[in-house]
Amino acid sequence: MSKKFDVLDVGGEQWLYSDKVKRHFFHPKGVLTENLKEEDFDAVGEVGSPACGDVMKIWIKVADNKIADLKWKTFGCASAIASTSILSEMAVGKTLARAYKITAQDIVRSLGGLPRRKIHCSILGDQALRKAIDNYRKSEKSKGTK
Amino acid sequence: MLYFDHAAATPTDKRVLKAMQPYFDKIFGNPSGLHELSRQAARAIARARRAVADFLSCQPEELIFTSGGTESDNLAILGVARKFKRGHIITSKIEHPAVLNACRQLEKEGFKVTYLLPSRAGIISAEAVRGALRAETILVSIMMANNEIGTIQPIAEIGQIIAKFRRAKRGATPLFHSDACQAAGFCSLDVNKLSVDLLTFSGAKIYGPKGIGVLYRKTGVELEPLVYGGGQEGNLRSGTENVPGIVGVGAAVKYISSREGERESKLRDLLIEKLLCIPGCRLNGDPHKRLPNNVNVTIAGVEGESAVLCLDRLGIACSTGSACSSKSLKPSHVLEAIGIDKDVAHCSLRLTLGRTISRADILRAAGAIKEVVGKLRQITSIK
Repeated sequence: MSKKFDVLDVGGEQWLYSDKVKRHFFHPKGVLTENLKEEDFDAVGEVGSPACGDVMKIWIKVADNKIADLKWKTFGCASAIASTSILSEMAVGKTLARAYKITAQDIVRSLGGLPRRKIHCSILGDQALRKAIDNYRKSEKSKGTK
Repeated sequence: MLYFDHAAATPTDKRVLKAMQPYFDKIFGNPSGLHELSRQAARAIARARRAVADFLSCQPEELIFTSGGTESDNLAILGVARKFKRGHIITSKIEHPAVLNACRQLEKEGFKVTYLLPSRAGIISAEAVRGALRAETILVSIMMANNEIGTIQPIAEIGQIIAKFRRAKRGATPLFHSDACQAAGFCSLDVNKLSVDLLTFSGAKIYGPKGIGVLYRKTGVELEPLVYGGGQEGNLRSGTENVPGIVGVGAAVKYISSREGERESKLRDLLIEKLLCIPGCRLNGDPHKRLPNNVNVTIAGVEGESAVLCLDRLGIACSTGSACSSKSLKPSHVLEAIGIDKDVAHCSLRLTLGRTISRADILRAAGAIKEVVGKLRQITSIK
């Protein structure tokens, strides 16, 4: 562990971000860019508030009950951005049921750890994804009943 | 790297470093001793004390050397309060944590504390202090300049109001303390003109070393010490003196120049002008009553920690009041106190200039900030 983090506090807690977090922060994957439109996606999920410092928005495209594509936008600190970035890699290709089960711990593990005080940032990513899946299922249901 | 974080720490001036050097390994004697090496160390302290006294226009005996600004603030506030044992204290909501948390501790010990709200421009009015004064007020502690938004407080005016209040009630209280850590490099610290009884500053912010603080204590003001031991510093701060640190702060005060302040304030205004061209960017704190080296802005939709890390990668060192960057995860108490909208409280950037910053550096920093804002706004989920 100590190799990955060059600064620990007196309690031995890591203070700075791992290389993997930095990579995903500086070169985020799966950001919704201008050439992609919200209408191209099947559902969206949003969590957080600007006053709390983090807002995550996740768009999903579903095919064969799997996440065919996932794009996102995040207002927040480096760990919030890195968390959403890695989540987009983790979720694509998974069935909705599997993707729904992605936890904050899974995200933190994939990032090679986060400073403890930053863990809450990553919790928002999986919540936003679940919200998007919920919204997708709701819209499918209403389509079915029509 | 372009260093824009001088409010956090300044590099030790090479001339200061040179002055300090002999006191680590050559003249290392304990100043309390009788032999030659000790006497030389004691003389060095006396010279530094004289230099600092000249800087503050006070007597050398009125100075206590401590471990830094935090200890000086604590000694002033806890020292006065514990001497009086009870009473009321006035401070502000925008003080440094060294003052705020010392006051909160005193609340636990039974003291009453009033925390004054600043104006939206970040200024504590002398009127507000006057309105809060009570017969049982023992201490007023107002910072001279704010560390986050750089606003300069009307200390001399507040000092006069307190002096007048004391005369009217024919008493020795309230005493007046000011934390001048940020102001020391730029504002006149003549303690007579300021009418302060206690004043804090430190080496770390004036191109001196870290680990050395000064507390001015007007003759006659009694303090209860925080540290007990061998009775150094007039029995108010026991412990073998930090001789290199004391020599360092004594040297650092000699290199403070008002011309440098004028130079930096022009560069500050240029940087502010450039940053305000960014849509959604606003300046925090009074544009005029502010330290020559302080720029603090909020940029809507651009979270501070992310911005600082992106700027760091581009070779610009600066800081933010964003909650995400703090250990407590609470947004800046200063921005909150001046009524910054919660939605943008996480979007602050502080750039503090210094002696090596040039006009070209300002333009480079402004360009880098624009680049980072562009990048983060592509990712951001809010406007």
